[in-house]
Amino acid sequence: MAEIIKGNHAIAEAAIRSGCRFFSGYPITPQSEILEYMSWRLNEVGGTFVQTESELAGISMLYGAASCGFRTMISSSGPGFSLLQEGISYLAAAEIPSVVVDLMRFGSGLGDISPAQGDYLQVAKNGGHGDYRCIAYAPASIQDVVDYMNKAFSIAEKYRNPVLMACDGTIGQMVESVVFPEMYQHDPDQFDWSIKDQRETVHKQVTSKMYYDYIDEDYCAHFREKYDAMESEAEWESFYAEDAELILVSYGTMSRICRDAVLLARKDGLKLGMIRPITLWPFPKQAFKAVTPKAFLTVEMSVIPQMAEDVSLAARGIAPNYSYTTGMHYPDEVRIIEEVKLVLDNKKEEV
Amino acid sequence: MQENILTPKLVVKENKFCPGCGHGVIEKLICQVLEEKGLENEAVGIVAVGCACLITDYMGTDWIQAQHGRAPAVAAGVKHVRPGKFVFTYQGDGDAAAIGLSETMYAAKRNEPITTFFVNNGVFGMTGGQMAPTSLLGQKTTTSPFGCDYSKAGEPIKLAELLATFNVGYIARGSIANYSELMKTKKYISKAIDCQIQNRGYSFVEILSPCPTNWKMSPVDSLKRIETEAMTYFGCGELKGQVQND
Repeated sequence: MAEIIKGNHAIAEAAIRSGCRFFSGYPITPQSEILEYMSWRLNEVGGTFVQTESELAGISMLYGAASCGFRTMISSSGPGFSLLQEGISYLAAAEIPSVVVDLMRFGSGLGDISPAQGDYLQVAKNGGHGDYRCIAYAPASIQDVVDYMNKAFSIAEKYRNPVLMACDGTIGQMVESVVFPEMYQHDPDQFDWSIKDQRETVHKQVTSKMYYDYIDEDYCAHFREKYDAMESEAEWESFYAEDAELILVSYGTMSRICRDAVLLARKDGLKLGMIRPITLWPFPKQAFKAVTPKAFLTVEMSVIPQMAEDVSLAARGIAPNYSYTTGMHYPDEVRIIEEVKLVLDNKKEEV
Repeated sequence: MQENILTPKLVVKENKFCPGCGHGVIEKLICQVLEEKGLENEAVGIVAVGCACLITDYMGTDWIQAQHGRAPAVAAGVKHVRPGKFVFTYQGDGDAAAIGLSETMYAAKRNEPITTFFVNNGVFGMTGGQMAPTSLLGQKTTTSPFGCDYSKAGEPIKLAELLATFNVGYIARGSIANYSELMKTKKYISKAIDCQIQNRGYSFVEILSPCPTNWKMSPVDSLKRIETEAMTYFGCGELKGQVQND
């Protein structure tokens, strides 16, 4: 049965329905309601909630619980998401699965608490140090987050790697109708890599694999193979893209406005289409191979072109790519079509 | 037979610590106590960065390696989901008292039922002997070549005393400068472990330890320096929780 719920609460509930029983984090706008919800709801289902002294401590505590095989989640935003990066790199190196939610806001530094899509580069290109990758889902609605949450945990466990849920801050703050799945029962003792109640024959060392499990070349081969395999998890949605003269590329909530722009333009005979990456990494390059537009226009809610760089790479040899960045504001579909016309009239510069 | 007494089974590999280093001695003490209490299979240790983390190769408990300074937070995460385990951190002074001071203090603030073994040798060992938050005034290190200066670095942190301001289970400071101190330290380790398994909250043992390599002293002179300088400044003994078990 559908219910009306605020996005941040839905994110927390979806994690719990996916078997998440440990959350440690620090308040920051616009995601603090996730902590608030977790503080009572985890108690109800026999899990643990800890409000830590910082995001650094939060992701560290999560690292401990996740090393024991439990499903764990942390969420943050903007400056707080930056502080999680140390831990994300460590989780990836030690091959410990978990889900990290970023409610993206606007700008750099303190930026602004306004919802936006300012973290594309940090999410898709790694905010932390070193050689690793994280699959990053970009939901466009609250229902999307709910539907992808259990998958995010499963994929994290499949590859033994953290998975990012890159939500526009708007998703946390808006209210929509949602259908939740049944409660998933997670068995923390199902993995051979986790710390159990009792030590096994050989003592475990949860750490960067290069120290104990591999010699140099094997280590490189192992991670190359793993991240290559993760490329197959790319997901996208094509909307009227097949015969489109110009294709909008956008993700998250912005894709919902682009969808309306496509429908509106087609009423006037302008053949617009849209490609919506559902995974920001791996970037769905395949989606671009199947289309033949005159141009792509990347629409994103940031100051500078961020995803547009990946679109240009994917569009290489197919069609030129242009950028429309909307800052901290949503354009309406009419404004997007105006931008499309500038592209078609050769009044914009390529990315 | 004698070998069994001297080398606990938990010591699974010969250590590669420098000659005269305190880590090997402290490792053996902890292993002895864990075996005496039958906790070999329940114990899980958290290390982070520095010479301390080499212990994970030599000591046969399960281990997690945390980010620099974050071991107490990782330990708390483990203890929350697996409360039946004996969860401890093994940390040096750069780790627990510099970059991880916040995580150390907050483990005590929340009275997390974990145990920290804090090895205080007054230098950053692995990175080559730089000044630590516990370096004594006047101490020459590679980043305090003219001697540790109060006007620049302030005073050495007395971590045990800082933590004792919280209402936690057990706090003590020992040293391994001589046999008598070593035996006292073993008793502190034992009481700290009891504190956790008896659900009396956070426990912490600071251990004054030598680093002959970076102190540029012989092992014997290093132990003497602990007796004459480190023990004089820091002071040894139990600071909290000494009543329950005596």
